[in-house]
Amino acid sequence: MGHRVATGAVALLAAVSLVTACGSGDSGSDGGGGGGGGGAAGATGTDDGATLTMWTRAATRPQSEALVKAYNASHKNKVELTVVPTDDYQAKVGAAAGSKDLPDLFASDVVFVPNYTSSGLFADLTERIDALPFADSLAQSHIKAGTYEDRKYVVPHTLDLSVLFYNKDLYRKAKLDPEKPPTTLGEWDEQARAVDALGGGVNGTFFGGNCGGCGVFTWWPSIWAAGDDVLNADGTESLLASATAKKVYDTYRGWVDDDIVAPGARDETGATWTGVFPKGQVGVMPMPSTTLGLMPKDLDLGIAPIPGPDGGKSTFVGGDAIGISATSKSADQAWNFLAWTLGDKAQVDVVAAHKDVVARADLASNKYSDADPRLVTINQLVADGRTPYALKFGQTFNDPNGPWLSLMRDAVFGEGTNVDKDNDAVSASLAE
Amino acid sequence: MRSRKAQGLAYAAPTAVFVTVFFLLPLLLVGQMSLSDWPLLAGDRGLNAPENFTDAIDTTLFWPAVRFTLLYTVIVTAVLLGLALLLALLVQESRPAAGFFRTVYFLPSALGLASASLLFWGLYSPTTGPLSRILENLGLVDDPVSFLGTPTSALLSTVFLIVWKFAGFYMLILLVGLQRIPHEVFEAARMDGASRGQIFRSITLPLLRPSLALTLLLCVTGSLLAFDQFFVLTKGGPDNSTVTVVQLIYREAFQRMNLGTAAALSVLVLAVLLLLNALQFRGLRRADES
Repeated sequence: MGHRVATGAVALLAAVSLVTACGSGDSGSDGGGGGGGGGAAGATGTDDGATLTMWTRAATRPQSEALVKAYNASHKNKVELTVVPTDDYQAKVGAAAGSKDLPDLFASDVVFVPNYTSSGLFADLTERIDALPFADSLAQSHIKAGTYEDRKYVVPHTLDLSVLFYNKDLYRKAKLDPEKPPTTLGEWDEQARAVDALGGGVNGTFFGGNCGGCGVFTWWPSIWAAGDDVLNADGTESLLASATAKKVYDTYRGWVDDDIVAPGARDETGATWTGVFPKGQVGVMPMPSTTLGLMPKDLDLGIAPIPGPDGGKSTFVGGDAIGISATSKSADQAWNFLAWTLGDKAQVDVVAAHKDVVARADLASNKYSDADPRLVTINQLVADGRTPYALKFGQTFNDPNGPWLSLMRDAVFGEGTNVDKDNDAVSASLAE
Repeated sequence: MRSRKAQGLAYAAPTAVFVTVFFLLPLLLVGQMSLSDWPLLAGDRGLNAPENFTDAIDTTLFWPAVRFTLLYTVIVTAVLLGLALLLALLVQESRPAAGFFRTVYFLPSALGLASASLLFWGLYSPTTGPLSRILENLGLVDDPVSFLGTPTSALLSTVFLIVWKFAGFYMLILLVGLQRIPHEVFEAARMDGASRGQIFRSITLPLLRPSLALTLLLCVTGSLLAFDQFFVLTKGGPDNSTVTVVQLIYREAFQRMNLGTAAALSVLVLAVLLLLNALQFRGLRRADES
């Protein structure tokens, strides 16, 4: 209830400031209704020529820029986008939140959203989201990550899924069937080793071995594919020492021990990990789906879901979710932008046209994905994927000096005997 | 008389305002933060002293970071000042080309530290950098070199960057000091038959003491506050082996989003630096008197 009262107050404030600023009585009354109760303007917001500020991180810049450009070209409202270096984004949002300087709209790596919602940085969008005709088709893992105490605060902005990329040319050279990507961790292991045996600078696989975020994104789907969890429901306890998790670590350690991995995996801090596959010398590795549109035209690459030890498939539904900051005075105008980005036209003609994953399950098959079956594979994976939920996600899993990276490195580059102890440290950090 | 006083105040006022706004007030704020429960996202939640200080020291990385920062400071200071002195001696006399070499040695100092770190990060990178490939092609190594891959190599690679970047700057300070020594002293020593080594030990070094003390002060302070180079090159890795104290402050504030403990750490660092500087200034003053 406290949140609703606060949102109502913000909406009222927005309404008052609109009346005084523009003398527009109409949008004033819309604002009053839209904030709390979801009135007529709630579904589509207000397009009255307001200037909206928006932040996003560099990792999802092309996707955000395309949406903003198309919106500005067709609306009276204007969105001013600021792109912040990915590594500095959390610090920037934190500092701005402290001084109440957040922009009207800000996107966030979806795993950091719970931290922001629980700190009250986002405005309550529950009624507005529920009023959308396609509300149930929105990527539910993002909606869930942005739900705090039964109120919804964010919508999906860009979806980034972890999927296997495999090099069909190298598969042919290694006498593997290029239409039969791995369906179990064991097959993945065999195929990586077969490609690696080609020699001459060719390697079986690659991963970011000094990058906690990479491990979360590319290793966890193998655990989920087996039906296991990585965290408890509240995100306060780590389950990353399970038998399945250890099987996954062992497979990766085998690749390190036998030199199946391209050089540099041990040092890879995440800045260049997606730059290795496009060089065409790696057989099969997990990659972010957002890089598909950036791959060289002459690279014959196939896409497959990340499998678990005994089959199954899953993916990390990452990317950015976006919300309206609690201090924004233009919530109705900001919602107009958000509602538009989720509509059919933006999702198909902007998002799908750029080979990106649509935010709505009902659009998974569209005229662009129909032309490229790989996109259908990715779009359909959203339903099998997960987005982990934890308030202390960043400091536990993304912090380069955090406990998860220690676990990763002990498990794969070390003896692998410390996993249980390291898992306790991860739990301790989550429960802080 | 009064107008002179007013004039003086007017002259001092801009600096006083500047120091108050940009130094004293932030310092007081840090003091308050260090005594308060102050999450980055939620803001001030009231006093909790001395919890932030005990929390900061209890962090698993605190003592390793202190040890590493001291080790790094000792290594960098020794290598950097030794090399700077050598360079200064090499280019002190007005030989042909001395000006050219002075400029070349000084050139890296014109670069920002973050940009220089990024440059070296690119050079060192095993996936995209050229250094490892060059060494391989020359046949000096068989496998790709991992410049930042082990604790020792990460430390040495960073020290190399810092020495490359700052040796010219300290050379310049020492060069000024060298040229302040009157020529007659050297001549007299030579007339008395002193060897080069004797001249260096008994004349150059003692008369250079003020400059050496100054470079020592700058170098130790700078190294204890090391951040940019490790933030860009290693992010404290591999395996937390290169976490400096200032990185710990950054981590508390922006990874763990706890301004209170970050401020407490800052206050501790400030106290240590004040103490060290006081000691070194005393040394400096004594050097000036002698």
